[in-house]
Amino acid sequence: MSNLNTNLDRRSFLKVSALAGGGMMLSFSWLAGCKPSTKEELLAMPKEWFELNNYIKIGENGAVTLYSPNPEFGSNVKTSMPMILAEELDTDWKNVFVEQADFYPERFDRQFTGGSQGIRQGWKPLRTAGATARAMLVAAAAQTWNVPASEITTSAGILEHKGSGKKAHYGEVASLAATLEVPEEVQLKDVNTFTIIGNSKRNVDGQKIVTGKPLFGIDHKVEGMKYAAIVHPPAFGMKLKSFDKSSVSGMPGVLDVFPINVFKEDYDRNFFDTTTFPEILAIVGNSTWEVMQAKKSLAVEWENAPETSFSMAGFGGRPSTQVKVPAGLENTVAHKARMAEYIQKNGTVVRRDGNPEEGFKKAAKVIERTYTVPFLAHNTMEPVNCFADVKGDKAVIYGPTQAPDFIRNTIASSLGMPKENVQINLARMGGGFGIRAYSHHMVEAALISQKIQAPVKMVYSREDDMTYGIYRPTYSATYRAALDENNNLLAFHVKAGGIPESPLHANRFPAGAIDNYLAESWDIPSNITIGAFRAPRSNFIAGAEQSFLDELAEAMGKDPIEFRLELLKRAETNPVGENNDYVPKRYASVLELVRDKSNWNSPQANVSRGVSAYFCHNSYVAEVVDTVIKDNQPVVEAVYAAVDCGIVVNPDAARNMGEGAIVDGLGNAFFGEMAFENGAPTKTNFDKYRMIRHKEAPKKIEVHFVDNGEDPTGLGEPLFPPVFAALANSLYKATGKRYYEQPFAPQLEMQNLKM
Amino acid sequence: MALYNLNINGKTQQVDVDPNTPMLWVLRDHLDLVGTKFGCGIAQCGACTIHMDGNAMRSCQLPVSSVGDSKITTIEGLSESGDHPVQQAWMEHDVPQCGYCQAGQIMSAAALLAQNPNPSDTDIDNAMNGNLCRCGTYTRIKAAIKTASQNL
Ligand code: FES
Ligand code: FES
Repeated sequence: MSNLNTNLDRRSFLKVSALAGGGMMLSFSWLAGCKPSTKEELLAMPKEWFELNNYIKIGENGAVTLYSPNPEFGSNVKTSMPMILAEELDTDWKNVFVEQADFYPERFDRQFTGGSQGIRQGWKPLRTAGATARAMLVAAAAQTWNVPASEITTSAGILEHKGSGKKAHYGEVASLAATLEVPEEVQLKDVNTFTIIGNSKRNVDGQKIVTGKPLFGIDHKVEGMKYAAIVHPPAFGMKLKSFDKSSVSGMPGVLDVFPINVFKEDYDRNFFDTTTFPEILAIVGNSTWEVMQAKKSLAVEWENAPETSFSMAGFGGRPSTQVKVPAGLENTVAHKARMAEYIQKNGTVVRRDGNPEEGFKKAAKVIERTYTVPFLAHNTMEPVNCFADVKGDKAVIYGPTQAPDFIRNTIASSLGMPKENVQINLARMGGGFGIRAYSHHMVEAALISQKIQAPVKMVYSREDDMTYGIYRPTYSATYRAALDENNNLLAFHVKAGGIPESPLHANRFPAGAIDNYLAESWDIPSNITIGAFRAPRSNFIAGAEQSFLDELAEAMGKDPIEFRLELLKRAETNPVGENNDYVPKRYASVLELVRDKSNWNSPQANVSRGVSAYFCHNSYVAEVVDTVIKDNQPVVEAVYAAVDCGIVVNPDAARNMGEGAIVDGLGNAFFGEMAFENGAPTKTNFDKYRMIRHKEAPKKIEVHFVDNGEDPTGLGEPLFPPVFAALANSLYKATGKRYYEQPFAPQLEMQNLKM
Repeated sequence: MALYNLNINGKTQQVDVDPNTPMLWVLRDHLDLVGTKFGCGIAQCGACTIHMDGNAMRSCQLPVSSVGDSKITTIEGLSESGDHPVQQAWMEHDVPQCGYCQAGQIMSAAALLAQNPNPSDTDIDNAMNGNLCRCGTYTRIKAAIKTASQNL
């Protein structure tokens, strides 16, 4: 198969351990002497492992170790990626041990968790790795039994040759298999014959999580390890002026205080090197509590930072640009005023179909609405932290990162050593949501360790974490629709922008469905750092667009689902323009499924429903939110989601993540907000930054998947963007008011509702 | 610095720490019981929840000097082999996503059920409202508590 080489380095297949095992051939099968094992009978750890490829080791007793390549931040890749390997290997899941792979780019492709691409991009390589190992086991059995490989079948880790009645488990031929040539081509299973994929498996770390075993970067500890806290500037646009070491030098457990510079002077940053404060202070000591106490006492002076600029590589290998960081202390009131100015100005035209100006000129009625959202902090439950042990010209880093590949060069450059000497081991992450693609903390911990010449664990306080930046940007979008006297849609116009980036996806729906269409974009520079936040840009623009379409449907006297389906029909049968970034049929299918599952056409009295749909990260999602007003309080009773992400590898875990994305969306729609005064974030911990809590979670969430056998696409992000509008549209039904500005809670409170 | 003899998970453990040190850091840094998690440090997230004489407490705001001879239970000591009904229900419902908040959730849930074996939805809401889950596993948490309540 052509994809064989994309993931599997053939040279690395032949492992010393495997060769040392020799070509041991077993003709006696333990199966011959015993009954098939019962379900609960688990295999013990084997005495010897035979490595079939980078992902798969098989023990002499038939046990299987699968390496999960990607970092795990809660999206279940550590369970579902090995499920794909196990499926094609055709082994029994109960005999599988899963191990987190270290960062090892020579062995694994794309050890990156982000963009909802883990399963989508891992699909072929993992299937190929599993199928290749299976083929080698079959070849080994064929050699051993002297029968044609084509006559050997496998099932749940057992090889069988019907003709001769021979049977063996994988472990019996693993040592031979490990010495064989890697086949040029392998046959992948027919998706209809899957036995593991599509059958829910529990989280492989579940037992460890519920018993409190060390799993996370913050749990790591080694002999002689020191603890570090950091102090970063209190505001964007500020930098370190001076500090007085003596202010803490007598404090118990405090060993040292020093500044660290994250980057070498001339370092060319890569796209994920976003670092809000290139210079911070490190306080090193004997325990976390002691260094955190010292933080409070440390005398530091800050000063305003001048405008700076640096060169940064573009995303996905695009050319470098010079990034300018403006000087100044920004605040939210001024942000809002500037955004209001930009809304009035012309933006950059990104897409134009037909003659939108003409459409607006001819209109009998124009509807215009503007939507805005604030900055958001990621607020992963595990605060930023990292362990580092730098000795001489070698560094070992262990901590939370979604993107080890992006930070290794930076660590190496800052430490002044070749990148091959930097080993990054992947910790389970206490959440990610995008922010852990920016691994400045790994560089910081490494520099601290290098300076003190000892292993160190650096832990940010919640306040350090929440005020560090790398936020979801603030955005605004103005939508206009032109209707004729019969309420036919003549033209459609979106103008969207933000600080410091625009959220516009000009080629997404409803582009392609409307003859006269105009999309414009704008942006305003800022020194507040931003980063990927669960479904970047989509997490705003979906809510704006889908709220507007709801209002438009109402103005046109149409059912909101019917209205969208009509537009999608148009886009399917007679698309407008080029490069439309969605498949109308798949889009329509999730709307139809959610209509069905939510009983959209038989609404209940007193339940207010809103619908929304969106396409991003290669997947289609439609959602219906049901709210009721109970004791003067809006309560989300139920949420129904219909998802087309192709084949679902681990359905129950997929539903779990979908439920989480919905709760996340509701929380941010109601409460999520970061604001600034004089450059400083106004919220520093969970007492001020309101997060959705147990009481506010929906009473019921249903996540349904379209069963279409397509290759899998993204899942971690796509359920998030549609929530905002589904909620807004539902609240409109409940309160009679449209919600244009997030968060919604303050506006609901102004309507005398309890939030 | 002062010496404390603490009763943790049924064992006496001695630590020599500043009297103001929160139990969270005594457990994590001095006793290597890292199941109890740091989330906010100001009793707002529940990640650090432990039991003191059976009551759910936020250990980040519990100075070691105030513990005395109270019985402390952490997630590591909730059951011998990870089979407390709450832990089992958590597994059955496959509750965790990232998992970071879950030790705190389980400790809050276990304390609730010890005092109120048949909690209503409102009882669950009230007992669990102090535990944030950024991954949004609340609906599963509620379902798991109900399952655990039946299996007590
Ligand atoms: S760390 Fe104690 S409640 Fe958050
Ligand atoms: S499971 Fe991730 S914070 Fe709760």
